[in-house]
Amino acid sequence: MEPFIIGLLAATLRVATPLILGTLGELFSERAGILNLGIEGTLFVGAFAGFAGAALTGSLWLGLLAAILFGMISGLLMALLTVRLGVNQHVSGLGLTLFWTGFSLFAFRLVFGESKVPPSIETFQTVSPFGNLPWLGPISSQHILTYFALALIPLTWWILYRTRFGLNIRAVGENPEAADAAGLNVYAIRTQALLIGGALMGMAGAFLSLAQLGAFTYGIVAGRGWVCIALIIFANWEASRVLWGALLFGGVASLQLRLQTLGLKLPYELLLSLPYIVTILALTLAGRNVSAPASLLKAYRRE
Amino acid sequence: MPVIQMQGIVKRFASLTANNHINFDLEQGEIHALLGENGAGKTTLMRILYGLYHADEGQILVNNHPVTIRSPHDAIQNGIGMVTQHFTLVPTLTVAENLTLGQAGSFILNPLEIQRQVEKDSQRLGIPVKPAALVRHLSVGEQQRVEVLKALSRNARVLILDEPTAVLVPQEVEILFDALQRLRQEGLSVIFISHKLPEVMTICDRITVLRDGALVGTVAKSATTATELARMMVGRENFGVARQSERQPAGPLLQVEALQAQGSKGLPALRGVGFMVEAGEILGIAGVSGNGQTELGRVLAGMLRPSGGHIRVDDKNLTGAGPAELAQAGVGCILEDRHASLVDDMTVAENLVLDQLDGFSRGGMLNRARILENARKWIAEYQIKASPNDPIRQLSGGNMQKVILARNLSRTPKVVIAAQPTRGLDVGATDYVRSKLLEQRARGAAVLLISEDLDEIMALADRIAVIYEGSLMGILPAQAATVETLGLMMTGKTLESIRPTPEADHA
Repeated sequence: MEPFIIGLLAATLRVATPLILGTLGELFSERAGILNLGIEGTLFVGAFAGFAGAALTGSLWLGLLAAILFGMISGLLMALLTVRLGVNQHVSGLGLTLFWTGFSLFAFRLVFGESKVPPSIETFQTVSPFGNLPWLGPISSQHILTYFALALIPLTWWILYRTRFGLNIRAVGENPEAADAAGLNVYAIRTQALLIGGALMGMAGAFLSLAQLGAFTYGIVAGRGWVCIALIIFANWEASRVLWGALLFGGVASLQLRLQTLGLKLPYELLLSLPYIVTILALTLAGRNVSAPASLLKAYRRE
Repeated sequence: MPVIQMQGIVKRFASLTANNHINFDLEQGEIHALLGENGAGKTTLMRILYGLYHADEGQILVNNHPVTIRSPHDAIQNGIGMVTQHFTLVPTLTVAENLTLGQAGSFILNPLEIQRQVEKDSQRLGIPVKPAALVRHLSVGEQQRVEVLKALSRNARVLILDEPTAVLVPQEVEILFDALQRLRQEGLSVIFISHKLPEVMTICDRITVLRDGALVGTVAKSATTATELARMMVGRENFGVARQSERQPAGPLLQVEALQAQGSKGLPALRGVGFMVEAGEILGIAGVSGNGQTELGRVLAGMLRPSGGHIRVDDKNLTGAGPAELAQAGVGCILEDRHASLVDDMTVAENLVLDQLDGFSRGGMLNRARILENARKWIAEYQIKASPNDPIRQLSGGNMQKVILARNLSRTPKVVIAAQPTRGLDVGATDYVRSKLLEQRARGAAVLLISEDLDEIMALADRIAVIYEGSLMGILPAQAATVETLGLMMTGKTLESIRPTPEADHA
């Protein structure tokens, strides 16, 4: 039983990492008033750019950098469409997701050709700050990015609530007219928020290819972007609650993997759908008194 | 020495001239009222001064130096602050966060420190606020104080207040006036936009009156009276369509008693309104906008549930009835918002039968032929310039109004409620609508005309009631009504207080 629980907890943190990064990225965008449905595609291009960058340069860190860059390009495109041009945010986001999906698959074939055995790379090594201590040792044996994601939660709260930059983001997402009247540049602030958001989404994608899988496949993201969108609602747009949502989803996802290997007499498709069912349940329970930023989905134009 | 001079300001919106060569000046340390009816151009002029609009002609001098004001930012730089009717606060932020928003300062934000700073400003300027409270938890009056403090803490020497008392309860008005009096003594100059004579006479030193976008004049309070201001504000014109015959009273059809209702902000909008309308007469409800007319129209149309009082139609109690029930009882409504009466994307023919589909369908299937036939008939009769299959949104305002008239009046209602029926219409359409209302009166309907257009009321109504802050200031026969009397009533004087022995009145 002990190895089972240890394995489950360690896996939960691993699975939760890209969700935390992606959801915090989405949080920056949404608190500034932009629903970024380009997140699924941004995770995908992040996974691709990370893998391609690492495979071509031989450096995982350069791969990560490439993923962050593409994430920021994605954020910039979203800003161009929704902030500058005022295009509908649903359409822009879904369009971006379709674009990045097609782009990544096309570029992957272009760079790596078609082969029976998909190319792979060595993944990031894990770090073990607690060495071989019982329980704590194996559970804390995680990737650097996981620790970064965990540290990013209080950092995001601090930026949003304890800096002038965060105050500006909250103001433009809530009442851009008031922010404008106070002399803030609404367009610039929203663009900056989308850039930060895109960088975090790119990083989330890179975690999948560079830390978890060591490869890039068509199903690598598997709807995690949409899960992040749900987690934002579950978290009621608060950074602190992102952790619990991500751990819940990560926990159930890890659990179902382990249940599959136990040889239960359950169709594995049912187990596979378990995390998503739990997400829907959590959303219905937690999503009653949600308070979205008041200007979410609204393009800002001066009168 | 004048701190602000606006010279020859012209502002046009499409075909409308909102400001026509207006001169305005503000002295150091005075409270200067900008008085006028709705649409007189007061707010437009001040939005130009604050950089929210750009004047087409004219110039602005601050302390005798010509300045260019392109944005609120420029205005603030010139020491001008404005509290608009629509507050520019972020409801989810604290008072202190709202006040620090957009200010230069350290990157890291210490909540306690900015709250202390606000507390200091608040005490220095004598404007009490709660620095740590979330703005959305504040009353409207408290929010307004935050706005005033915001302007003053940015070193405004000129403060523009756009109808500041419109949203306040009397106690809050007192707090505001006290603060303004004290700040004036400290050298602040205030521009006070208003259409309420009593408060203008209470707090202001000088008064500038605008009417229809033009300057009527600037007078010192000591050299004028409320009556004179009322006459300057209202003015007169003659219209083509007017009531000719005397009314033949034939018994009340619509009776309203002690009607109360809440407005959209949760404040009482109607505070015990009572009147009756007889068959064959038009009762006009005059008043400056925002005094409960919208709510009165909505309650009588069944769109807003009254919180007290009674509505009787032809002696049948219909208090709290919905639109369908009222229509059944013989009430026809021309709502204030035309777009709320019509479905813009549906055709003229469909809109004409929208409220009586049962008569145009069988077994759940619409009878297209009969719907089109019906449409052709009313289009011809009401001279609607459209074909049955045109979507409503392609029609002009006048033709939309004709569709609404056709739908409502074709059923020969006993009671007609017309709320702002000619607002935004051109002269031709306006005359048409007015002639239709007179037609209803002639055939014996009881017509209630709610209008902010005083000339319209005086031309059509047999009796005139004036509404002010949700109460009627009195009802008087049209023959006895003068512009001065109505003007005083529209700004909060009751009929009795103007004429101690009122003439015989059917109400």
